[in-house]
Amino acid sequence: MLNMVQQLGRFGLGFLERLGRAFLFLLQTVAGLPNLLPRPGLVIAQVYSTGVLSLLIIVVSGLFVGMVLGLQGYNTLVKFNAEESLGVVVALSLVRELGPVISALLFAGRAGSALTAEIGLMKATEQLSGMEMMAVDPVKRIIAPRFIGGVISLPLLAAIFSMVGVFGGYFVGVTLLGVDSGAFWSQMQAKVSFHEDIVNGVIKSVVFAIVVTWIAVFEGYDAVPTSEGVSRATTRTVVYASLAVLALDFLLTALMFREG
Amino acid sequence: METTEERSANALVKIRDLRFSRGPRVIFDGVDLDIPRGRVTAIMGPSGSGKTTLLRLIGGQLRPQSGTIEVDGQQVPLLRHRALYELRKRMGMLFQSGALLTDLSVFDNVAFPLREHSRLSESMVRDLVLMKLQAVGLRGARDMMPSELSGGMARRVALARAIALDPMMIMYDEPFTGLDPISMGAAVQLIRLLNDALGLTSIIVSHDVQETTAISDYMYVIADGKVIGHGTPAALGRSNSEWVEQFMKGLPDGPVPFHYPAPEYLDDLLAGA
Repeated sequence: MLNMVQQLGRFGLGFLERLGRAFLFLLQTVAGLPNLLPRPGLVIAQVYSTGVLSLLIIVVSGLFVGMVLGLQGYNTLVKFNAEESLGVVVALSLVRELGPVISALLFAGRAGSALTAEIGLMKATEQLSGMEMMAVDPVKRIIAPRFIGGVISLPLLAAIFSMVGVFGGYFVGVTLLGVDSGAFWSQMQAKVSFHEDIVNGVIKSVVFAIVVTWIAVFEGYDAVPTSEGVSRATTRTVVYASLAVLALDFLLTALMFREG
Repeated sequence: METTEERSANALVKIRDLRFSRGPRVIFDGVDLDIPRGRVTAIMGPSGSGKTTLLRLIGGQLRPQSGTIEVDGQQVPLLRHRALYELRKRMGMLFQSGALLTDLSVFDNVAFPLREHSRLSESMVRDLVLMKLQAVGLRGARDMMPSELSGGMARRVALARAIALDPMMIMYDEPFTGLDPISMGAAVQLIRLLNDALGLTSIIVSHDVQETTAISDYMYVIADGKVIGHGTPAALGRSNSEWVEQFMKGLPDGPVPFHYPAPEYLDDLLAGA
């Protein structure tokens, strides 16, 4: 029994210590960002590998999520003779929730895990150490561009996800199920507010981008430099990033969308 | 023969009463070392005696619990981030694995420190890189990727990269391990040649007695966290310390027992019954 309490304490302390390290690491990374201004090439390369290379999975997922929303929304709305509101339902669901959340989850799996594995392997093969001895700070040269690259990529991916999703919903609702096209768009235009919905959605995806990329680069940098250590770190990235996104989403939704 | 005081006065690296431990494991327990300028100094000892750790301490990647490490007049453990990085520009380190950046070609690897630390034009960088690669005999391999290189070649590329910024000293971590005889011969020759031609100070950490004695001017033998012998290779070869003798001649048993500490053999076997 006492042993269990001890273990719980040790676990708690270990967790807090790691959290502290992660925060210091984030500060160091942010402090390294100004160094990137004269070297935009480093950041562009990262936007390409985390953003552009994630496009396929984002576009395909967005399309299907939008189609499912169109189908489910229509089936419910038609019972109340309100199928003209389908555009609003699809657009609000995507812009407020599904766009930022699902893209962040996909991003954690596609780009976050890749970042962790890359950085972890660089650590395991002494590349980071070697860089330090060449007087090149790996936090500035390797971590900072990857961090800012992820923070730029994810909000853009989320926007693309929502846009493709709206077209998916349009395809199912209007083309297949016969909702009036004009009603679909005009209702959407009337009911989706730029400040309330779109801006808040973008804020969400920026927050998710910071958290997911931060977790990914930290787990890589903090990985035990062995093959098993890197594999564990990669798993942790996906698990922690997904949990953080879902929990933060609840928190942000509670803060942002209050009626009245 | 110069006296100890003269050696100490002329030292580039001075280590005094160094103590370092990892968790409960004591790695250095009062080490004193002097690395003279312009010479090749070897630090030898059995595997696991903390030789690589010593290089990381000199390079400021680790901080000791107590004791001083002075490089070119600066106290490494006390340096702030920026000053430490300035000092590292004048130190080269050759990792055992080479530690080449795997996503860059041989050329770009050697160019990396130049591009990071100088504003030289691309044509100047190209000339410098080709000169460094020529020095290690790999100018023809400039377009290869690190994954295509053999172990010996990777280490030579890493050496070219380490001398790219014309450092004042260079630290070699196990430069001879895992090389075939030809690469080994090339490595031995290169270390000596570069040291003398570029006026470097070289520190070699190794357990390969034969190769290391062949090129070093002065040697330290460390074991159990202490310096157990030092002198020129010839003097160490005549040493009457049992320990040094065991190490230099590669005897399987001696002060370092063949068996890792364990309970009595018979008791251990019977314990499972």
